[in-house]
Parts: sequence; C-alpha cells; structure tokens
Amino acid sequence: MAVLNEEQEMLRDMARDWATNESPVTEFRKMRASGEPQAYDKAAYATMAEMGWAGVIIPEDHGGSDFGFMSAGLVVEELGKTLTASPLVATTIAASAIILGGSDEQKARWLPKLASGETVATLAVDEGAHHDPSAIEASVSGGKLTGKKAFVHEAHGADLFVVAAKDGLYLVEKGDGVSLTTRKLTDQRSHADVSFDGAAADKLEGGGDSLLDDVLDRARVLTAAEMLGMAQQVFDVTLDYLKQRVQFNQVLATFQALQHRMADLFADLAQMRSAVEAGLQAVDGGFGVARAATIAKAEANRVLHVISNQGIQLHGGIGMTDEYDVGFYLKRARVLEAAWGSSSYLKDRFAQLGGY
Amino acid sequence: MATQLEPDVHADEEAFRTQVQQFLAENFPAELKNKGNALSGVEGPTNETPAQKAWREAVGERGWGTPTWPKEYGGGGLTKAEARIVEQEFAKAGAYNPIGGMGVMMFGPTLLEYGSEAQKSEHIPPICRGEIRWCQGYSEPNAGSDLANLQTFAEDKGDHYLVNGQKTWTSGGQWADKCFAIVRTDKSDKHKGISFMLIDMDAPGVEVRPITMISGTSPFCETFFTDVKVPKENLVGEEGQGWTIGKRLLQHERTNISGGGSLARMMGQSLGDIAKKYGATDADGQLADKVLRDKIADFEIRWNSFLLTARRAMEESKAQGGVSEISSVLKKLGTKLSQERSELLIEIRGLQGLGWEGEEFTDGELEAVRGWLFGKATTIYGGSTEIQNNIISKRVLGMLDHQ
Repeated sequence: MAVLNEEQEMLRDMARDWATNESPVTEFRKMRASGEPQAYDKAAYATMAEMGWAGVIIPEDHGGSDFGFMSAGLVVEELGKTLTASPLVATTIAASAIILGGSDEQKARWLPKLASGETVATLAVDEGAHHDPSAIEASVSGGKLTGKKAFVHEAHGADLFVVAAKDGLYLVEKGDGVSLTTRKLTDQRSHADVSFDGAAADKLEGGGDSLLDDVLDRARVLTAAEMLGMAQQVFDVTLDYLKQRVQFNQVLATFQALQHRMADLFADLAQMRSAVEAGLQAVDGGFGVARAATIAKAEANRVLHVISNQGIQLHGGIGMTDEYDVGFYLKRARVLEAAWGSSSYLKDRFAQLGGY
Repeated sequence: MATQLEPDVHADEEAFRTQVQQFLAENFPAELKNKGNALSGVEGPTNETPAQKAWREAVGERGWGTPTWPKEYGGGGLTKAEARIVEQEFAKAGAYNPIGGMGVMMFGPTLLEYGSEAQKSEHIPPICRGEIRWCQGYSEPNAGSDLANLQTFAEDKGDHYLVNGQKTWTSGGQWADKCFAIVRTDKSDKHKGISFMLIDMDAPGVEVRPITMISGTSPFCETFFTDVKVPKENLVGEEGQGWTIGKRLLQHERTNISGGGSLARMMGQSLGDIAKKYGATDADGQLADKVLRDKIADFEIRWNSFLLTARRAMEESKAQGGVSEISSVLKKLGTKLSQERSELLIEIRGLQGLGWEGEEFTDGELEAVRGWLFGKATTIYGGSTEIQNNIISKRVLGMLDHQ
C-alpha cells in the first residue's frame, strides 16, 4: 500500500466502510435480479456523489475536490472489492477527457454536473470487440457525428457520451440520433452498442494530438484500480477459506502445495499493487504517464486473470456455484481485462514506447 | 510529501554537501572513476592497486563507507539525509564505495545489535576501514535449507571452545580473515543448542578448499575445522542464542540479495535495445521477430513492477519505521526475474550468447554467460525460493493449523 496522506486515508476508510456496510455483494445480486437496464442502483450512486466521489479528480472551481487520481483510485479499489455496480469509473474517465480537452465553457457546463452525480457520462472509443483506437471510422460532418461504437460501458445510464471520431473527441448528449442495442455480457453490467446517426456533436478542441491517448491512459489506470480491489478481495476470501476448510482431518492451509501457490499469488498481488499505484501516481505527477499506465493495466490483467482462476480452483466445487460470490469476480475480471487494452495490446504498446 | 524543510536544516545539508564534494575532489583518484568496487564482492582476491588502497583508506578514515553506523565504532555517525548526500555525491563523481562485503552487509549490523561492548570496539572499526574481510560459516553438507540441523560442534574447554566440523558454500572463504559462524554447543536441543561465534580463518586447524562451480568460477569454499581453538570472548550473545542472532543476520542477507539498488544497475539496459543490435528490425523499426518482441515486453513489464515493488517496500518501511510486509517477497521475485532475464539474453544473442571463452566474444557476452550460470545459485542461497514460500505463507499469510 502506497504511503497515503491524511485526506487520502480518510477517503479510503470512508469508501471501505460504505462498500462493506452499504454495498456488499448482496447489493450486486439485487441489481442483477432487478433487471434494470442501467444496471446500477441510482439512489446508491446519488449517495456516492454526495460523498464527493464523483468529483475526486474535478477541479474545485468546478465543484470537485481535485484530490487527483491516486485518491480516485483508492475509492475505486474499495468499490471493486464488493463489485459495487456504478457508473463512477466511466463518469470519472469522461470527466478527465473534459478536463484535458474541454474549453472553459464546456468545463463550466459539464464538470459541476458530473461532480454532483446529476449527469452520468461515459467514454466511447472502440468499434469492435477488441480495443483498437487506431481503427476508428466514426466521423463528424457539419457538427453531426455518425458511426457505431461497440460494447460501450455504462451506456444505458449515460446522459453524455465522450465519443472518439477520426479527428478527435466529441461530446454527444443522449437523445436524437443516439440509439442503443443492449449487449448483455457475462458481468451483468451495462454494455451497449451505440449508434450515432447524425447526432449533434461538440468537439473537445484542447489537449493536443495526444488527447485520446492521454484519456485512454487515465481509463487504464482507473480500470486497473477497480481490478486491484477485485484481486485483493478474491485473494483474501480464498485465504480465509483455506484456513477453514478441512479435508483429510487438516485445514487446507497446512498443505504445502497450497501454501506455496498462495505465496506465489501474494507476490503477484504485490507486483500488481505497485504497478497500479505507480500508474495512478504518474497521472497525478504528470510524468511518464503512457509507460506507467501501460504497466499498470498490463500487470492488472496478468494478475487478476491468475487470481480469479485460482479463486475458483482453490474453493473447489463451491466456487463453481452461483450462490458463492467468487464466480462474479471471474466474470467481471475478463470484461475488464479486455477494456482499454488486452494483455497483447498492452505488450505491443509497451514495446512501441520502448522503441522496439 | 510536501514537507517544507526548515531553512537552517536545509543550509546545514548544503554545507555538508559542499564538504563531501571537497572530500571527493581531494581524495578520489581519477583513474578509479566509474569503476566498481573490486573488493566488495566475494569473488575477487584482495590485491589492491595503490590508488584503490588510498581511496579505501580515505573513505574508511571518515567512516563514510558505513555512513549511518555510530561514530564511536568508526562509522560515519551521519543522519539518513546526510548518508543520502554522500551516496548522491559519490554517484555524481563516478566514485564507488570502497567499504563493502559481508562485514558491512550482514555481520556489522548484527554485531551492533547483539555484540558486547568489547566485541563492537574490536570488530566494527576494521570493517568501517575495509581492513578485514568476513565470511559466513552457516551451511553444512547436511544443513542447507534445514539450516538448524547443523552439526559443527564447539566443545566447552573452560577458557575456550574446541571446534570440529565442516561448513560449506563459504562465500569468499579463501580470501577471508575471519568467519562468523553458527555452531552447536548443545546436542540435546535443535534450535537452542546453537551458538554464534567468531573464528579466525588463520587459526590452526582451519582448512579452506574452493569449490569450482558450473560457471567455472570458485566463489564458494568448503571450510573444515579440526580442533580449532576459539576464545570464549568470541561468543556473541549467550550460549544457545545463536539461532536467534543467526536468523537476524539472514534478514540483512535477504535484503541485500533482493537488491533494488544493485539489481537495478545490473539490469539497466533495455533488452529491446540489445535485441535490436542482434536481430533484424522491420520498416517501423520494430523487432522483426514478433514472438521474441512479445517475450521481451512481457518480461520488462514484470521487471518494472518488481522495481516498483522494491521502491514501495522501501517507502513503506520508512513511513512505518519497520519492515514492510512485502519485503519477504522481494528476494523470491528479484532472483527469479534476474534468472529469467539471463535466459532471455541468451535467446536474444543465440549461440553468440553462449560463449565460454575466446576473442570472438565480447567481454559483455562472456560475463553474461558466467552470470547466467552463477545466477542459478540465487534462488538456492540466502534461503531458497521454497523456503521463502514457507516464510511468506506461514508468517505473513498465517497459513498454520488453527484447529
């Protein structure tokens, strides 16, 4: 765990208490049973926004607290532990696009609403099943955006889309020219193919040529923070289980084959945490962001993949049941592994950044 | 971390920095610039050039090779901030720390904690001056991972012990002046029968035989003790306290093997850059061998997250004033990744990367081969990876029988 300042510790403790007491996995089950298309509890998101979590990266003069990405990551990590379904990550990523690329007017119009939770926003980049920002066909002509975006996170709840077109990022409001086709994925969260047919689009003119990359790097570190919470939780729950389950008249925790596997996972988890925290800190420091974010998401992918699989294996048969929570983490893990760059995408990017 | 330095503290530090710079200008021989410390490792004999000797003596006199050790025993008596300044200024000037070896890394810190006043006064100053080389008498033929099974026996003869037995994997034993050893003083109790004592390597009855390793080098020895007289004042701590003291010393050893600092230097060059020299690139300037490129990127990402973990462990222990709970994973990760890197380097270079000797190979290529082979020892010594896994699972994760 990175060394935190007092504000960060308070924020983390508050998020931990709330997630544990108000948003345990039973809340995720309720959401799943409700069948609501937006796939999150609107009252719960309003509470989260009231606690200031939607405005952690937003400047104070636009209604946020400007605590930065490390702080946002702490909240997201705690929510990841209990699989809290909310548009917090999506909205924070969209907010970062407006902060980096928006005009004063765009910032004044949208950021306070994002910080207060009144507006939910999301980033729409990819047009196929794989993350590929180099293959964007969506285009804008005369202020109207046309194109199709695939598997957009939190699309059902979104009032505002930050859409990647060929020549840059645009703000598009829900409404005329925007239609959704639900894509139900294994994680039971909100995903949709979004079709833009001449929808009114307002360009983010600032941020320079690297705006999309810069926003994607922020998406990567925040997503990695959610994955860190999930990996930590699966590890902790599995360790508890091994200490309780008895076979051959011994608790499983006394078997060396399992001890050494857990030691390996513990080391992996330590690496994941270091990489993710360094990614968040790099965004706040503004130095070496591309490389740090790539390492953060690549390590998050690698380690959560292993831990989510081992979580099932080490629980044995009970881990295969819907009644037990560990399977939810496996299903969400794979969706997030694909988001904003699979392991192969990220390794390619890391090599490119390294000049080979 | 926006701690504002008090102006006067800051001024003091800058004055100290100037002092270090002056010292370097007056004492550091230009011919040693950017050279490593030939005597810090365990692999080289102790023949110094006059310049090396002068540099060692200059640093030793100030105690700056062991900057935070107490001044009364010959250390620098510096604060951590001052020690950092010494380190920074030495690095800027391309100067190495000439004071090193097991005395500095392992034995000194342990003796400062457990030694008597007389022992500290006798043994610490020569370590600070780099005059005495220490070796470690721990492992035995039947006490490797099961170290407490050691059988070398020290019989109480009134004013001295009579030591008989065999130690092995004694790093640098052929060049060492003294040995810190754990030996058995009581055969009835496995752990409480162990004592920690100091043995002169030139005492009658001590015989050292270097062991040739798969790397072709002989950094380790077998050490035989036959009726070796060890004065009672060479017992550190109480009789039977050796296991406790010996384990404490191993913590220092692990911290040093996992590295952070030295490993980072050693593995500085990007494997991608090396691969571009040895293999073809495509029109985009990328490695043409895409499978190899993927392997390199995969490794370098994990290597980076290890370095970040080492840094995090350091920051955490600084902030908490104790050892970070992840320090136990650093040895396991660092040694495994170093081995992986050596293997990858061979794959990148092909058969040119497997040279044993000859002018057709560069020094770098030959060193890498020896390093690859010697590196196999790193997951065995200092507590093997399997032992680290036991420590992590039992002590850190609490995977014990709770029933």
